[in-house]
Amino acid sequence: MALYDRSSPADSMARGLGWFSIGLGAAELVAGRSLARWMGMEDKSALIRAYGLREITAGVGLLALGDPKPWIWGRVAGDAVDIATLASAVGDDNPRAGNARIALGAVMAATALDLVCAAKLHQEETAAWSPPPDYGDRSGFARPVDAMRGTASDAPIGDDMRTPKILQFQPAGQSQASSQPSRAF
Amino acid sequence: MRALVWHGANDIRCDTVPDPQIEHPRDAIVKVTTCAICGSDLHLHDHFMPGMEKGDIVGHEFMGEVMEVGAEAKGALKVGERVVVPFTIFCGECDQCKRGNYSVCERSNRNKALADKVFGHTTAGLFGYTHLTGGYAGGQAEYVRVPFADHTHIKVPNGLTDEQVLFLGDIFPTGWQAAAQCDIQPTDTVAIWGCGPVGQMTIRSAVLLGAKQVVAIDRVAERLSMAKAGGAITINFEEESVVERLNELTGGKGPEKCIDAVGMEAHATATLDSMMDRAKQALMLESDRAHVLREMMYVCRPAGTLSIPGVYGGLVDKIPFGMSMNKGLTWRMGQTHVNRWTDDLLHRIQDGQIDPSFVITHTEPLENGPEMYKTFRDKRDGCIKVVLKP
Repeated sequence: MALYDRSSPADSMARGLGWFSIGLGAAELVAGRSLARWMGMEDKSALIRAYGLREITAGVGLLALGDPKPWIWGRVAGDAVDIATLASAVGDDNPRAGNARIALGAVMAATALDLVCAAKLHQEETAAWSPPPDYGDRSGFARPVDAMRGTASDAPIGDDMRTPKILQFQPAGQSQASSQPSRAF
Repeated sequence: MRALVWHGANDIRCDTVPDPQIEHPRDAIVKVTTCAICGSDLHLHDHFMPGMEKGDIVGHEFMGEVMEVGAEAKGALKVGERVVVPFTIFCGECDQCKRGNYSVCERSNRNKALADKVFGHTTAGLFGYTHLTGGYAGGQAEYVRVPFADHTHIKVPNGLTDEQVLFLGDIFPTGWQAAAQCDIQPTDTVAIWGCGPVGQMTIRSAVLLGAKQVVAIDRVAERLSMAKAGGAITINFEEESVVERLNELTGGKGPEKCIDAVGMEAHATATLDSMMDRAKQALMLESDRAHVLREMMYVCRPAGTLSIPGVYGGLVDKIPFGMSMNKGLTWRMGQTHVNRWTDDLLHRIQDGQIDPSFVITHTEPLENGPEMYKTFRDKRDGCIKVVLKP
């Protein structure tokens, strides 16, 4: 079982990155064309919008889906894709290469944060791990289980809690319906 | 007095608050000697339950000593008596109470008008829970006001410890009712999702009621080991297919009786539908994660019974209701009619058939309550059941 502590410092950092992801993703989705133009990548505005969807998914995963580690590693993979995309735009043939370099720097900084967060989450998991306690002696019964089975079969349970007799599972050939004349419907 | 107070999502604090007072002649004041954190308290902690307000005192599993009794409750309670207080407040006189349906008492919810609007008709008042159920101050505190105290109590005989009887107020009768409303037969396989405290009590109840085979489903090793100790065959859903294993254990026919002891916060990342539920929950498109309901409906034997003691709070999505209709499944659910069962269960504890204290893994002072909520929620330190001492 994956261990995660939803009140630890690393988890708080992961949540922060989750909100960042949602904010960035929303910006990419809404202003994909403007961002693309700013970086001199007009032909990639649809791709930037798709990256926005990816960011929002990662953000929801980090904030809402329990163990943040897979989502942080998902962000790292996404960062790698972003870096590859931006690397194609930092050449001298792009008149706005300066802006693309700024974006590339920001993505690399975010990647570093993601990696630090992932490392901290794994460190916490390792530190927290200990063999699960064995509660195999906690039956709660005074005697072995098989000796207790059915001890309360005569318990006072009202008819309103019982399955109506007509609906009870019957031994083969003894159903309530079999004693009634058959009727087509 | 000191009490655990709800301040918002993930924010329960141990605060100093005013002592409770008798407000009605049927009230009593109880000095809490032992209380517990229930799985359904986590829905408040995580703020998945609507209708909470800052300053609410939480907790609905508690017991203690009667300190003060209102004039109209004096015939039923005396100062100094030890009582467990059921989490459902009931008048004992309305049509529902007369039928033993205490959890839907028609008179004990002081926010009846609100509940009528939200639920169609009101249900009983509950301690330390949402304002939809009255917003009564809870029992994770040094003192509690118990409304309708002439009925809302279970007297504790001498010779039993707090730990032996505390769970008569909720999880033991909840597990018992979950099993009882399945009408368990000696030929039945009973599958139980969730091996938290209610699941553990349900397992023991199903065994005592005579199920041929009890199967327990969870992913937490220590919970599975406790389930096994109680007589269950265990399935770790992270390691094997629940549906395949249940079919294998029942000759391909599925269990006759399926019990959901998980409720609205099913594990969020184990299956695609759970992940979708969690994402929708985060976006406020649904309130409850219903993976266990879907799985029970799928695997249950046609003409079988689904029993739901797990708490649901509002709206669920993508429920395959056609599957349930065509299979002719019977659904039984509801909050527990605690006092309907407690005479019998108390007798079984006294008789030594069962000691519910087996489930306690942590005992802490009340002041440590906020931290213990997190330990319980995150299943750290082998935590299954937390008991607090004010």
